[in-house]
Amino acid sequence: MEMPTPNQNVLNRKPELVKRLLSVLPRDAVIDHEAETKAYECDALSAYRCPPLAAVLPRTTEEISAILKICNEMQVPVVPRGSGTSLSGGALPTADSVILGVARMNAVLETNYPDRYIKVQSGRTNLSVTGAVEVDGFFYAPDPSSQLACAIAGNIAMNSGGAHCLKYGVTSNNLLGVKFVTMQGDIIEIGGPHLDAEGLDLLGLICGSEGQLGIVTEATLRILPKPEGALPVLIGFDKNETAGACVADIVKAGVLPVAIEFMDSPCIKATEAFAGAGYPLCEALLIIEVEGSKAEIDEQLEKIITIARKHDPVELREAKDEDEANRIWLGRKSAFGAMGQLNDYMCLDGTIPVTQLPYVLRRMNELSEEFGLKVGNVFHAGDGNLHPLILYDANKPGDLQTCEAFGAEILKLCVEVGGCLTGEHGVGIEKRDLMHVQFEPVDLEAQMQIKDVFDPNWLMNPAKVFPLSSSADRRNASNATG
Amino acid sequence: MNIFKPKNESDVAQIIRETNQGLNIIGGGTRGVVESGENSIETKGLSGIIDYQPGALTMIAQAGTPLKEIESALSKEGQRLPFEPMNSRALLGRVGSPTIGGVFAANISGPRRIQVGAARDFLLGVRFVDGSGNILKSGGSVMKNVTGYDLVKLLSGSYGTLGVITQVAFKVLPIAETQATLILDGLDDKNAVNALTTAMNSPFDVSAAAHAPSKNQTYIRIEGFDKSVLYRSEKLQAHLKKFGEAQVVEKSQSESLWSKIRDVDVFSDKTSDIWRLSVKPTAAPEIVSAIGFHQYLYDWSGGLIWGALPQGSDPRLALAKFGGHATRIRGKSGSVQRFQPQTKLIAELSEKIRCKFDPKGVLNTGLMV
Repeated sequence: MEMPTPNQNVLNRKPELVKRLLSVLPRDAVIDHEAETKAYECDALSAYRCPPLAAVLPRTTEEISAILKICNEMQVPVVPRGSGTSLSGGALPTADSVILGVARMNAVLETNYPDRYIKVQSGRTNLSVTGAVEVDGFFYAPDPSSQLACAIAGNIAMNSGGAHCLKYGVTSNNLLGVKFVTMQGDIIEIGGPHLDAEGLDLLGLICGSEGQLGIVTEATLRILPKPEGALPVLIGFDKNETAGACVADIVKAGVLPVAIEFMDSPCIKATEAFAGAGYPLCEALLIIEVEGSKAEIDEQLEKIITIARKHDPVELREAKDEDEANRIWLGRKSAFGAMGQLNDYMCLDGTIPVTQLPYVLRRMNELSEEFGLKVGNVFHAGDGNLHPLILYDANKPGDLQTCEAFGAEILKLCVEVGGCLTGEHGVGIEKRDLMHVQFEPVDLEAQMQIKDVFDPNWLMNPAKVFPLSSSADRRNASNATG
Repeated sequence: MNIFKPKNESDVAQIIRETNQGLNIIGGGTRGVVESGENSIETKGLSGIIDYQPGALTMIAQAGTPLKEIESALSKEGQRLPFEPMNSRALLGRVGSPTIGGVFAANISGPRRIQVGAARDFLLGVRFVDGSGNILKSGGSVMKNVTGYDLVKLLSGSYGTLGVITQVAFKVLPIAETQATLILDGLDDKNAVNALTTAMNSPFDVSAAAHAPSKNQTYIRIEGFDKSVLYRSEKLQAHLKKFGEAQVVEKSQSESLWSKIRDVDVFSDKTSDIWRLSVKPTAAPEIVSAIGFHQYLYDWSGGLIWGALPQGSDPRLALAKFGGHATRIRGKSGSVQRFQPQTKLIAELSEKIRCKFDPKGVLNTGLMV
């Protein structure tokens, strides 16, 4: 993966930069020794690493504004970082950049139950947002797999989803307002406790902009009362097609489960060997979860099971209590770990129309033969968000490159059937150079002109999202003046 | 004066490329946002459903497709537009047929917005022509998509000022098997909003919550499968006991009640200005009394206020200390702006974005400024 050549002029001015940063931040908020900057050399896409020039860990919005003013003046690129859990390299630094981490800003600023919102600093982790309100029976709905570690700032940057967004939506559907600092250091508030912020939907635009438009320092989030209960059912099929048809029938019947998870046979086998959840060794497995009171859960499960039976499942297992429910989820939740036991893996994130599921899985297996690498699938079937896990050996020369080429083919396949490159992980550097598969140059130009408005010098996370060749002129213009 | 009636997307692009005059963008012309009869471009010729996948809960349609055609295709499969867009013809005294493009361009959402989200939350993809005549796309037809910037959200609610939407892809949901509405009588505004937020904070999945002071009634809707609605209706009655005994109406009675609330069927006089306020729900009663609406209605558990004021009045000074925003839905444009004026920095950013998408300044010029 290519990254731009660092700007020598910026590298040379490190002492001056550090001095200026120290004039607006306490000593412990500026990390500039090489031994320490190494801690920020990568995110969860760990195949790519590069220590930044420096890292800053501010505690207030005003400090962030001061940092950005300095970096803007000195033309130093800034790479925002939440918790560094991005799977697409969203927080990967370049050697001439400053990592701006919001991890120290994790306070709850306001909790309001009658109006159903919570206001937090953006460094707070996803799960601890729910943690702050669950004792009173509330929760924050978006639940990415990394929710124990990932920060709200990163969730907003990537518009994160999760297993339960079939019912509750993704981050942008649960975000009411932000406090936001532009590259020029301007502090802006958009939205708030009321719905549908006025004017152009800048909130919707900022959400999912991958830290390229500014830094979100505070967020007002929708919280919801917890349902009375939830139970999953596990259904096994001997054909992917049948599982796909079953999902479509359930959706058509008017049942809206909170989650429909799908695992294919390579993944089931790996999971069984690793976690021993007692899954049937079939071709396709569905885990469907419904919510409500006991009576409501029974009613929905009855409808789901009636539909499933028409498709001749090889296994149909209802959870009678929480213990059995946990066992059904055990395999799904350890699937990534299980695949990791087999080998290194790369996790993809394309989305397809659910009707294309059987074709895409078949084609993916053909590609697997072609490239000589195994692929397992565990994904959110209700909304067509695939997570193919390609197994490769990081120590074997050329294997990573083969894996990336295979991954690119899978993502092209997703676009070809009417889907997209990324459903919830973001483009980052990982899918940057595939953007032309989904977009015409004129579409990318329309997006880049938005960045021109917020960050005219292209200093905020500049080498991400857009193909390097498309953004080169804009990035180089800022280098020349730097 | 030119009234353009393009038949397809490339017509739209050509018209915009060639024009140097401002154009009013007209869908069905039922929302009273811009007037036909001036230089305008009408999208009615861009009509038809392109793809509908009931099993995937997605539909793609041309922007000028009449809403009634969309709704009838959906209802044949037992599905609907979940965000319940209002029909504003009666309120605004207009005729014509609303279009799906207009619904998304103005981000029109009704009572169910508090449960499922706004129109913009269901819009998956758009094709549009910007002010330079470029044909652009963003998003797609799948439910989860974070590929590139979310221009879909930016276009939704931009009232045609960034581009003429030519095609929309959106998510739909099943029509609930049944519905019921709890009606509480005789609550004052404060108690009514208290009852509504209490209902919203229960785990019983309320799908709409409104209060009509003119009828002295407070309404709470639940939807779903038969047994579930029965169960939740009983639970909610117990939960709201302190607000009085609730009367329950079901199915068609409940439906017609909510279509009246959706379409704001409460303002008897046809001359006053009508304002639509989005506010923090619990602040709503105080806001209403500070502004002094002579007629009003609360939806979204208080978060949406529809209010009537004498012509030319401005509710914004009184609203300022509470937060939220106000849009005039009915009334002649005078010195009072239709849309909420924004803070300097946001207004500047928005204006710069508009200049990028419409450098000639030809699309609904000045509408949102």
